[in-house]
Formats: sequence, structure tokens, C-alpha cells
Amino acid sequence: MSFVKGLRCRECGREYPAELQAGCEHCFAPLEVDYHYDAIANVLTRDSFANRPHTIFRYRELLPIESDPVVGMATGGTPLVRADRLGRELGLDRLYLKNDSVSFPTLSFKDRVTAMAVNKAAEFNLEAVGCASTGNLANSVAANAAAAGLPAFILIPDNLEQNKIVATSIYGATLIKVRGNYDDVNRLCSQIADRHPWGFVNVNLRPYYAEGSKTFGYEIAEQLGWLAPDSIIVPMAGGALISKIYKGLGELERIGLIGGPVTTRLYGAQAAGCNPIVDAVKRGSIDIRPVKPNTIAKSLAIGNPADGYYAAGFILKTGGTAEDVTDQQIRDGIQLLAETEGIFTETAGGVAVGVAKKLVEQGKIDRRGITVIAITGNGLKTPEAVNLPNPEVIDAKIDAFEELVKGAAYVA
Amino acid sequence: MSLKVVIPAPLRKHTAGAEIVEVDAATVQEVIDKLEVRFPGIRASVCDDSGSLRRFINIYVDGEDVRFLENLKTETRDGVEVAIVPAISGGV
Repeated sequence: MSFVKGLRCRECGREYPAELQAGCEHCFAPLEVDYHYDAIANVLTRDSFANRPHTIFRYRELLPIESDPVVGMATGGTPLVRADRLGRELGLDRLYLKNDSVSFPTLSFKDRVTAMAVNKAAEFNLEAVGCASTGNLANSVAANAAAAGLPAFILIPDNLEQNKIVATSIYGATLIKVRGNYDDVNRLCSQIADRHPWGFVNVNLRPYYAEGSKTFGYEIAEQLGWLAPDSIIVPMAGGALISKIYKGLGELERIGLIGGPVTTRLYGAQAAGCNPIVDAVKRGSIDIRPVKPNTIAKSLAIGNPADGYYAAGFILKTGGTAEDVTDQQIRDGIQLLAETEGIFTETAGGVAVGVAKKLVEQGKIDRRGITVIAITGNGLKTPEAVNLPNPEVIDAKIDAFEELVKGAAYVA
Repeated sequence: MSLKVVIPAPLRKHTAGAEIVEVDAATVQEVIDKLEVRFPGIRASVCDDSGSLRRFINIYVDGEDVRFLENLKTETRDGVEVAIVPAISGGV
């Protein structure tokens, strides 16, 4: 049993039962899961959480899961790290990192959403699951489908990083490279979903899958002591994560778990080589003009972002803004995070850190407030993105070592 | 001039279940006009009240999004494939 009321069209408001459905039948807009919030508020208080494990199902009343979950029971509960060294570098006094680079089981925040999708696929008795992906979703769908015993069909652009391919194939998924970019893959996926009665994570399971991202926001608020941060910087591809974090914080306020009104400013981050949402925000508009992606941030390389309108709208509504960074600034961001905080993130994290730096330099973010940067994926997945020198090789002799490090700083 | 239009599942209620419909048309706008003549009501699913393409509908001419071309004015040569595809989500 859940507290789900049904699905509601985000544009025209038409309501649908909580079934397998991609979008509104009338206007094709995405559907949003609606809940009986008053009933949730009656049963869910801060005390409710005292004995619950730190996983996404800690917030089960706010998730669209009807039966006991079959996957994802160890997902969520990632660290919120106080980042003073990075904060000093960037000029942010109270900086935290929400670190989903250590998400279980596949090292990106996508584990939160695929847990929803695969559990719903099991509830709907679907024969197989599938998705179009820029890599992280592929990894996570493949892993959670394997854990649920479901076959998976996964379509990716033909230029993805090698590790993202390995970390999908290993789970026994049927992985197909499609010539073209993500938007081409997505179009094909939509047409496949028309013909095959499977659960497509980002098509007919979409309303449910996206709800998993709310837990990213719930955890931030709870880890801050039931408090919404002043600013949050989030990488954007399709624009769903930033939108769902905003929804999640609003829900916590609505059911009384955090004090209102939530005044968190949303800051969206994209690569300069794929910035359709940033471009809209900078025009003060929600009108997304699609682009052809060209960036090392392949996980963010979606030129036609389906949730872009909502992301841009929420960013503008909260008084935040959006910025983009070059490929070199992305590499610098990855390096800076690693060297100051000991966290190795993939390109999307480099985008978020790079954008944080830019926002401070431009004076567009409150330097004294509580700022959270969303670190959504792990650097081991995209080693191609960073160009590091090969280490020196020496003979196993102490003199060779001393010769090499001579002049380097050391503690006497 | 004849071209194929791929109708997505949610719109096939207008086309008596047909996935592929053949029409004669020189532009995407004309494709929609012709479809509306044959399948009254389909236009309202694809276009908003002002006649523009709905935000969550994409149209591709031989695989290229018409928003990278000339939108509804995009020319449609004989034999091309025009695909109507609802937008779907993905990515961060």
C-alpha cells in the first residue's frame, strides 16, 4: 500500500490512475505522481525516522511503491560531506557535497531512480525492462534488473566511455550501441516502446522512476538537521533531478518535516557544449531551444531535455540561475574536487564544481549561506575525461627514490 | 508525391490503429493538414491552439528533429519518413 493518489498531467492537469503510462493522452506532457499528502502528514513525523535504515525506502510514504521492494533496499543514504577545503578554494563559507559518487550499487544517483523503475516493473509483472541512456542509467538499470531477475535491453549512443559500457554488459544486459547522440537513441527507444510490451524506464515507467530523485533532496534536508539549504547546485541533462529535488523539498515543507517557506535557490549546471537549459534561463525563459551536444560531459549530453521547461521554470522561480563551463573547466573541476576533498567524480560533478566557481566569481550566489553541490557520479566511470601524466618509474633502490623526490616538500 | 508518416501509439486512436500512414505533402505543415483531413482531431494532439507544435511532441524528417530544420515549414521530399514522437525523459 502506498499513499499514491494517481498520476496527474503536469501541463493540463488531467488525472490518470497509477498505471503504466508514458505521458498525458491529451497533450503528451509528462505525468507527475500525486499523493495524499494530508494522510502522509498524519503518519510521518521526524520521530518516524528514528529506527529506519538510511536508504531510499526511509521515505517510503513519499514514494510510489505499492509492494515490498525487490531491489534498492541498500540504495540511498549517501554522505553529505562538509567541504571546507573546497569551500575555501571556491569562496563558499558553508559548503556541503551530496556525494552520490558512492551510491549503491552502481556509483551514481541513477540507482535511486532505477530502484523505483525496476520495482514498478516487478509490480506490473513486466517481462523485461529497457532504457535509453548516456551511461549511468544504463549501468544502474542493468544492475537492478539483474538483481530482480529481469532481462534488460539498453540503448546507448555509440561514443560512450568504455567503463560505462563494461559496467553495463557485465550484468548480462542486452546492450545496443546506436549511431548518433542521446537524442537519436531516445527517439528510437520511444519507437521501440511503442512495439514491445516492456517497461521502459524513461518512457512508460517514467512517472515512477523520476520520483526516486526526490530522495536526493530528502536526504540533504534530513542530513542538514531537517533544513533546506540556501543554495543547491545541480548538474542538468534532461533536467529531471533538479526538478525533483525541488519537488522533494516542497513536499517536506508541506507535510511539516521542515519549516517553511523553503527559500532554497536552485542553480543549474551544464557543459558549454550542451547548454539548452542554461541558455533558456539566461534568456529568462522556459522556452528550450534544442542543441547538438559536443562535450566531454557525455552523461549530460542531452540536446533536447524533456524536463528542461520545468527545470528552467523552477530555477527562475526560486531566484537562482544557471551557468555552463567549458571542457577544460570541467576537467579543472574534477581535479579541484579530488585534490581538496578526496572525492573523484565523473564529468557531471566537474560541471557542478566548475559552475560553483563561476557563480561565486560572478557574485550570483550567497557566499555565506549553506550551499550544497550535487555530486552525481563516480570518476572511475570516465577516466578518459582527465588527462593525467603517467607516474615515474624507478628501480627498487632508495637512491633512485631520493633522486626523484629531491626538492619536494617533506616533513623532517 | 507520397511519403510515410510514422504514428506513435498514443495517436493511433485517430488512425484506426495504423502505424504507417501515407500522405502527399510538400512540408511538415502540409503533412499535419492532410492528416487532419483524413483523421479529424489528430491536429489538436500534435499542435497547440496557436497551431505550433506542442512542447512535448517532436517531429523528425528522416531522423532529423524539425526544430533543427525549418520547424513546420520544413520541406518533405517524396519518399522521406516523417516520424511523430512524443518527448521522453532521460539523463540527470
